[in-house]
Amino acid sequence: MLAPPRVWWKPLGRLEKTWLYIALAWCVFLTAMMPLWFIYGKQNVPVESYRTTPEQHQKATEAFAAKYKVGEETALKIPVVAPPPGDIYMYGKTWSWYPILKLKKGQTYRLHLSSLDLQHGFSLQPSNLNFMVLPHYDYVITLTPSSSGTYSVVCNEYCFVGHHLMVGKIVVQD
Amino acid sequence: MAVASIPMDKQAATFRTCPVTTFKVDLAAEKLIIANAVAAVVFLAIGGIFSLLIGLTRVPAIHLLPANWFYRSVTGHGLDMLVVWIVFFEIAGLIFGTAIMLNARVVAPKFGWFNFGLMLVGALIVNVMVLIGDESAVMFTAYVPLKAPPLFYLGIILFAVGALLAVIMSFVNVVVAKREGKLNGSLPLVVFGLITAAILAIYTLLNGALAYVPAFLYSLEVIPSPDAALYRNLMWGFGHPAQQVNLAAMVAVWYALAWITTGANPINEKFSRVAFILYLFFINLGSAHHLLVDPGLSFGFKATNTSYGMYLAVLGSLIHAFSIPAAVEVALRKQGHRQGLLGWLRNAPWKEPGFGGMVVSMVMFGWIGGVTGVVIGTEQLNMIVHNTLRVPGHFHATVVGGTTTAFMALTYYLIPLVFRRELKFKNVASWQPYVFGLGMLLVAIGFIATGLQGVSRRHWDISFAQAAFPSAIPGTVDLTLAIAGIGVVIAFIGGGMYLWVVLASVFTGKKTEANALMLITPMWSQPKIADEEAEHLQPRGTFALVIVYLFFFAAYYLSNWWLLGGRVWGIR
Repeated sequence: MLAPPRVWWKPLGRLEKTWLYIALAWCVFLTAMMPLWFIYGKQNVPVESYRTTPEQHQKATEAFAAKYKVGEETALKIPVVAPPPGDIYMYGKTWSWYPILKLKKGQTYRLHLSSLDLQHGFSLQPSNLNFMVLPHYDYVITLTPSSSGTYSVVCNEYCFVGHHLMVGKIVVQD
Repeated sequence: MAVASIPMDKQAATFRTCPVTTFKVDLAAEKLIIANAVAAVVFLAIGGIFSLLIGLTRVPAIHLLPANWFYRSVTGHGLDMLVVWIVFFEIAGLIFGTAIMLNARVVAPKFGWFNFGLMLVGALIVNVMVLIGDESAVMFTAYVPLKAPPLFYLGIILFAVGALLAVIMSFVNVVVAKREGKLNGSLPLVVFGLITAAILAIYTLLNGALAYVPAFLYSLEVIPSPDAALYRNLMWGFGHPAQQVNLAAMVAVWYALAWITTGANPINEKFSRVAFILYLFFINLGSAHHLLVDPGLSFGFKATNTSYGMYLAVLGSLIHAFSIPAAVEVALRKQGHRQGLLGWLRNAPWKEPGFGGMVVSMVMFGWIGGVTGVVIGTEQLNMIVHNTLRVPGHFHATVVGGTTTAFMALTYYLIPLVFRRELKFKNVASWQPYVFGLGMLLVAIGFIATGLQGVSRRHWDISFAQAAFPSAIPGTVDLTLAIAGIGVVIAFIGGGMYLWVVLASVFTGKKTEANALMLITPMWSQPKIADEEAEHLQPRGTFALVIVYLFFFAAYYLSNWWLLGGRVWGIR
């Protein structure tokens, strides 16, 4: 509150200096964790992405769904698709995900994600993995399911008043 | 030079001398402070009503609002609390810091009123738009290609322009104070911190213009939708640094409250000032916190920006986390409270709302908000956090438990000093920070625990009863959301206590000149100490506290890596 004396550039006390070094060391550790995990960790944020258009992504996804379709679900007749390992496609639009994916545990897939309209969020539950899905961006997520079961894809980026209706499905088989 | 046009020779200002602080108070500055502070409190009340409605909707057992009103309320709550209340209060604080605390005048009072008018009109437009239709239920973020009516964006832009001009006026105040010989040597640390916040605000508001003006034009159908990813970057160049403005202002308020309630002076001005400078240089990189799982950006970009270079802004906060309690400890030790490691803390003025508010604010901000923030902002860890309820859990600890609590605590001292009214219901004021803090603690913990189980933020119905498929959300979220719901009610009561004391004092309090700085506890006295370096005056208790804090930090941080590494699918 009070103006300091004319010269306030004074050496730090013993405890201040010790805390400063400890805090700095902690900051260096926090910084180092990210590149270390990037090199050695098994879960890293995907960086592969391409420009696309809603039309282009919709066409690619529908062609992919037609090729590997094994059934249909819900009143909207969303196709259930069982693809081999490799490139797989999904899109979000208000307020649904297309298609339903049937994957195999331990296999590696390259999931191409994009949106046909607004910004959406890909939230895989219950394993709790979250990615942004933006229009005009093809986000490639290379994933290897390590457990089987039925997973839901919840949209977790607000996409207007029907936001809570937007749920999709991924099934992982042994 | 631009300032040459300011009439330096004819001082129109009239001053009074404050009997308590001996500050020379420009009456025009005082009126502006009162207007901005009252507007702040009014919008806090509106946002508070939204918060209760939202909180009770999120408890599955109650589920109060219908879907569209829930989304409208979240939009209104976000804008009123995160922007309107806090920025109005900060403008009041900036005028206080750059005029009254320097014994100087507000350079252009009419310009100040013009800015106030712009902000008020902007804030009213946004609130009306949110209340009259679902079209404006686009959230605080208003992510394009989502489109609200043009007036919604116009309201935000008017508010931001008003705030920007008010910030610029505060700089001119300091320059003119210096030229008129009111200011010799360095600024007081509190003003230094407020000016740090103001400089950050300039960058922040310019980013806001870059995001909201194209969105406004898009809404008018003048241009096609801006690129979604670029908008996110610019929007968070506004949204995140806006919270860093709050951070810098809040830390300045902590230093002020520490002095007001215990007579604490910074143990080392250099230490504290360098910490503010670290904020200035590094904290704006934090907008990347919101882009960590976005397409289109590289690991290098994300890791560099999200870590503020090398967590150097975090280092700034860690410095303040030591230097403020240390200043309080040294002051109390000098006053004779030297028993053991923490005897000073036992003898601190806990009944004084400024002290209680400062402690609650520091604990909520540092222990809950800061620690969870670093975890959320770690590139890989963000994958298990992004857009879950853990994010609101984090920022309710920082912005509400931290900034809002500190600003509330400061208000009590402005009432006798600036409004020149006697503070009423002092006992209520004494308890208010603890009630509000407890509520926000439960909200933060409830949200974080719910988010850990995968529940998203901003969902009206987490059971997805009307969706195509059910979602596998564990039943335990009913418990954690109930904890958050109880917290909302307690915090609402705490907020109500604040409004009660403030409004009752301002409108019905006895008109009187202030006669003491402290409101409840007897005034501290600064004894003369010959040996400043004496061992029994060293802040050993604070050192022990920050070490315990660091262990807590490390435990939470490392357990999140364990969560990511042990339970999640392989992702590249």
